[in-house]
Amino acid sequence: MRNLSILLVGLAALIALPHALSFSQQEILVFLVINVLLVTSYRLLTLTGEWSLGHVVIMGVGAYASALYTKELGIYVPVSMILGAVTAALLAVLLSFPLFRMKGFYFLIGSFAAGEIIRLIWKRFREPFGGVRGISGIDPMPDFSIGIYQFDFFEPVSYYYFAGAIVIASLWVLWRIEKSPVGLTFHAVHWQDKLAQASGVNLRAYRTLAFAIASGFAGLAGALQGHYVGTVNPNSFDIEVMVFVLTWAIVGGTQTFYGPILGCIVLTVLNEIVLREMGLEQARPLIYGAIMILSILFLPNGLESLVQKATRRKPVAKPEEKAAT
Amino acid sequence: MTDFLEVRNLTMRFGGLTAVDALSFKVDHGTIHGLIGPNGAGKTTTFNMISGFYTPTEGQILLRGEDISGLKMHEVARRGVVRTFQHSTLFAELTVLENALVGTHMPFRPNIFAAILGWDKEDRRGAEARAREALDFFGLSHLIEERAGDLSHGHQRALGMAVAYASHPDVILLDEPFTGMNPEETKHMMGLMRRLKEDGITILLVEHDMQAIMGLCDRITCMSFGKFLAEGGPQEIRNHPAVIEAYLGGARHVA
Repeated sequence: MRNLSILLVGLAALIALPHALSFSQQEILVFLVINVLLVTSYRLLTLTGEWSLGHVVIMGVGAYASALYTKELGIYVPVSMILGAVTAALLAVLLSFPLFRMKGFYFLIGSFAAGEIIRLIWKRFREPFGGVRGISGIDPMPDFSIGIYQFDFFEPVSYYYFAGAIVIASLWVLWRIEKSPVGLTFHAVHWQDKLAQASGVNLRAYRTLAFAIASGFAGLAGALQGHYVGTVNPNSFDIEVMVFVLTWAIVGGTQTFYGPILGCIVLTVLNEIVLREMGLEQARPLIYGAIMILSILFLPNGLESLVQKATRRKPVAKPEEKAAT
Repeated sequence: MTDFLEVRNLTMRFGGLTAVDALSFKVDHGTIHGLIGPNGAGKTTTFNMISGFYTPTEGQILLRGEDISGLKMHEVARRGVVRTFQHSTLFAELTVLENALVGTHMPFRPNIFAAILGWDKEDRRGAEARAREALDFFGLSHLIEERAGDLSHGHQRALGMAVAYASHPDVILLDEPFTGMNPEETKHMMGLMRRLKEDGITILLVEHDMQAIMGLCDRITCMSFGKFLAEGGPQEIRNHPAVIEAYLGGARHVA
């Protein structure tokens, strides 16, 4: 029952949180929630050992697709968000054919190239992608009421609740996948693909599965963002954003489920609260780069390793353990 | 009845080098079959072709009459032919139990939707039971929570076999299973292999330890420089002039 009470307190804190913040901070909170989903979906892909540089573009695919479905086909926004996610996942399946001929570093570069091709297609074709300026005037999420609460989606607080609920549900699904035999197989593919294959694991299928699921949730994050901001354009999904995602994941650490989330939250708070207050926004890439280098040098296992150290029940330290640390 | 596992005219060329040259032999069901030969004879290459790791340049591998040459490794595995690797190839970062659970991938195929909804409890229980059974068989049950990479060498070899055994194979291909084991461990492992055989599992093994080979195998195929040299029971092979020559070098010259 202790876990349940912690969960309820956490949930209450999440519900109360926006009311303690200023309007602009509430807006940041919405993006933070969406980015948590983005970085967690990215971790699922890294479970199979592949690091992609196209993940943010895939997020953009979800955003574009959902925007176009509402605009061109008049589909109801929540449905089109799901369709946007499905589109991103299907595109990932298509991309897996050329991309999974490669592994490791080559996959990284290949995914970057694939992402750039998608972005160039958005830029090149005014119909239907709107060219360089992208799509604006995307339908917002229609207001609705659940009795006790009236959702007004021009209010960031409302959108925070809405996006937060979707993100929590998505995180739950991702968590279930990771802790399942499927998740174990992802780990197996990562650590020893030959042995996994000798155990009957279809490597291609599992790599593609991880890529498609990760892309689907990234697409959902993109759709959530697109309908909140109201515009999408190719430059909001460029490599700079991808570097932020990588930084969140690396600084947070990717060994645990919460590592990338932790990285995302800590760096966003640092970025939005500290840097903005100090007027250092322009230096953001520089400071992110410095943080990444410092964390690789001094905290190679990420922020999560600090949490693990803090939460581990203190055993009687053995001499050899001391020597190792 | 068709032969259980048959290798027919198997040839593997790496560029100009012919590693295996028109090799043919048969493995009977329920036997322990040894593949021996001096270093560089092409044993491991043959192994890699049977398990689907390499695609043969020419020739066929027939399992119950079906040609399995050129299939991918997981497709061969799904037909019941599971291999182990020469070195201690394990999921070093995972626990011993998790390693064995990966081995149960084929009998308990994970389903992602069932996993999310929690409808696969029975499969998960079954997989875990099978994994524990396999670990038990190889005497690893007391190490279940250990990281596989932290195990001793002998235990790692045993775990490699447990992973293969967990998948309910018909044929296990063992690549030098006794390497790095002391005589005591080797003896124990030989006992386990005889029990596998009693379970109806066919074993094909490549090994350098002649003591183990002679004591364990029902039939032995000897190859040299990629070619078939001799085949027979342990006694025949031990006294076969061509085999002795291959191992000790031209006996005639010595005499």
